[in-house]
Amino acid sequence: MDFVRKWVQALFFLITNGYWNFPVTRGIYQGPLKVICSPGLNCYSCPAATSYCPLGALQQLMAGIRLALENGQIYVGFYVIGAMGAIGSFVGRMVCGWACPFGLFQELLHKIPSPKFGIWRPLRFIKYALLLFMVFLLPLFAVDAFGFGQTWFCKYVCPAGTLEAGLPLLILRPGLRESLGLLFLNKLVILIFFIVWAVLASRPFCRTACPLGAFYALFSKIKLVKLRLDAERCTHCEACHAVCPMGVHFNESPDDMECISCLACSKACKFNAISLEVGGLPLSNQVPYRPEKAQLEQ
Amino acid sequence: MKKKKKSQPSKIRKAPFVAIFVFLVLGAVGISLGEPSRVLEQAKQICLSCIGIG
Repeated sequence: MDFVRKWVQALFFLITNGYWNFPVTRGIYQGPLKVICSPGLNCYSCPAATSYCPLGALQQLMAGIRLALENGQIYVGFYVIGAMGAIGSFVGRMVCGWACPFGLFQELLHKIPSPKFGIWRPLRFIKYALLLFMVFLLPLFAVDAFGFGQTWFCKYVCPAGTLEAGLPLLILRPGLRESLGLLFLNKLVILIFFIVWAVLASRPFCRTACPLGAFYALFSKIKLVKLRLDAERCTHCEACHAVCPMGVHFNESPDDMECISCLACSKACKFNAISLEVGGLPLSNQVPYRPEKAQLEQ
Repeated sequence: MKKKKKSQPSKIRKAPFVAIFVFLVLGAVGISLGEPSRVLEQAKQICLSCIGIG
């Protein structure tokens, strides 16, 4: 299943970054597909991006809400939040595990041989604070004299933007290098920090700092497609603990907000206690549980 | 030894369908207000300050 997931991740990477003419045009894609929401974190200033980043679009709308309303345009984010909410209600953080280019990037980094470490679990709350303050409140309320806010998360934090848009644009347009300053240095340091951390720990950005993951996590209990635990089959052997890239103890909290439904736990469970469900119904018929077979396999 | 919980019979959960419907309606309201054109306008431009340049 991990093989299938890798292919799906690659497919989503190519679909959301399918404009390969950028070395010729030295610009970004400007076609009509950019009205479509990218499910994962994918900067729309990336030269190859073919869809819009929901976080970037949302911050832009929040930042310009006053001016829009003054001009009689009710651009308050319904379209973007509607798209994000529909994706979240459908698959939730499965996006992180299956469709996010930056998630894939971190997974590949983690394959580099090195000592591996866990991540202190309370750090996961940082991403909810970033979602609330840097995506909603600061762009909305910290405005300049003209009533225009800033895209705080994109501007000061987002390492995906630096990797996918900042660095490629500096290569494509050398003239931009003259505009570099402390702001870019700050973003570069954040990117390098998360790259190093991703080598040492599994998906550190997803687990601690991604506001999009935080938004999708709000749907963990109600999302349509999710993992289910068959409590009768579970022996609490804790095999699912060791394999989870997000540090979830699935048998203890099946609706954990960190679960990205990567199915690593399902594969590791010898008792077929973990499976996918759609709207409450199991996706496939499970093999009947035979304790003697499971004992033999152990 | 932990006590095992009993499996619940499969039944269709309504909450995800309600949530999907609500957000699709929200998106449709956004479309009726002309928000996609604003999103497209933004997404077509390189926001240099957004990516830490300039």
